[in-house]
Amino acid sequence: MLSIFRSLWLTFLHAFHKRETVLYPEEKPYLPPRYRGRIILSRDPDGKERCVACNLCASACPVDCISLQAAEDKDGRRYPEFFRINFSRCIFCGYCEEACPTYAIQLIPDFELGEYDRQNMVYEKEHLLIDGQGKYHGYNFYKNAGVDMGVKGKGEGENEEPPVDLKSLLP
Amino acid sequence: MKYVFIIAGVLLLVLNIAALLIWVERRLLALWQDRYGPNRVGPFGIFQVLADVVKIFFKEDWIPPFSDKPVFVMAPGILMITILFTFAVIPFAPGFEVFDSNIAILLFLGNSSLGVYSIVLGGWASNNKYSLLGAMRASAQMLTYEVFMGLSLMGVVMMADTFNMREIVEAQRKIWFIFPQFAGFLVFLIAGIAETHRLPFDIPEAEGELVAGYHSEYSGMKFGMFFVGEYLGVTLISAIIVVMFFGGWLGPAFLPPIFWFLFKTFIFIGFFILLRASLPRPRYDQLMEVGWKILLPLALINILITGAVIIFI
Repeated sequence: MLSIFRSLWLTFLHAFHKRETVLYPEEKPYLPPRYRGRIILSRDPDGKERCVACNLCASACPVDCISLQAAEDKDGRRYPEFFRINFSRCIFCGYCEEACPTYAIQLIPDFELGEYDRQNMVYEKEHLLIDGQGKYHGYNFYKNAGVDMGVKGKGEGENEEPPVDLKSLLP
Repeated sequence: MKYVFIIAGVLLLVLNIAALLIWVERRLLALWQDRYGPNRVGPFGIFQVLADVVKIFFKEDWIPPFSDKPVFVMAPGILMITILFTFAVIPFAPGFEVFDSNIAILLFLGNSSLGVYSIVLGGWASNNKYSLLGAMRASAQMLTYEVFMGLSLMGVVMMADTFNMREIVEAQRKIWFIFPQFAGFLVFLIAGIAETHRLPFDIPEAEGELVAGYHSEYSGMKFGMFFVGEYLGVTLISAIIVVMFFGGWLGPAFLPPIFWFLFKTFIFIGFFILLRASLPRPRYDQLMEVGWKILLPLALINILITGAVIIFI
């Protein structure tokens, strides 16, 4: 009997407590700079696309929202001919970011993807590609990779030794 | 002509209060749960009710093919009619009363008994086991609580020496009946909650067990009538409590009597909502046990003592 009145009183006291609700559209919650929301494609320091169209993001995606087509330019460098993300499927899980070997695909703190037309949720490459480098400044995949793609000569990359002269007898 | 105005006034007042209560309840529940509740439509979300009504009117009003159609359609109407009819005998203020009846309390008790038909018929006509279970529970609960709901008011009737609600209010000029009739008030309050089957006594429509109880199959405005009927019932019970125990329209003279009546009524409506916010639902047999083993004897003892005091002192 006493507990009934006690719970009535405690509930009544909640009238004077602070409300937990965040009145969202007027009052935005704080998002840390590295919050992982929507997906973008970044460029390397030279302003070229980082994406090498390896398809790892598309295969890592649990909801199959990424689709792309690989192509090669005249230097033999791979790039995506189209890169399409269906944001009505995307669940912001970030597996694509983890899978990406070139830091091309990154998640940014934007999650407000409301649209009146469903087709507007499908982002093409020109919507995804940004001008900057995203979270990883100064990183260029081809400076770390072994292949020569006009970025650097063979053996001139970071953490890379000059190629061994197979014909020489010296150690 | 005067009667037409009074009837229209009472209908307007009561129906608007009941509709507004939908919003008030959601806001108050939110307040007590540290939320905001509906606050988008109009100032403080007060037009939420309007939006809800527009929505409910445009919903499909589906009558199940397996139901007993005439009874199914009739049931929500009975609820509205019995409750609205009872408001006719409630004295809102001196002169603001549809029907100055000398059997007002009997009319109220009779009408609230008739209200059981609405629920039993609605549950039966739905032809659904959950509806029927809800209806059975509702009928047992309401019949049980009907008994000492009437008995708990008898103390007041004995002290005021009348069944007329206006005269009962007049009899409280010296002292509100809450003080000499506290036991009666307690029993009536609990019986009133059970009678309107509000939480924590909403066993007939326990969502966890019975989907929505007796109105599981109702949709559209027929559900709306059950819904508004519940709020009308809350308003009615609050109004009766105020008339019987809290001096009706009586209050300091600097504000009009109708204000005092509505003010006291709203306090009790708020209390009903606070009950919903804080208490869990008892089990069905516990409800029956408390009813028959505690509240009924309490009401009878109250009558006995009141009678003894009136006769011997």
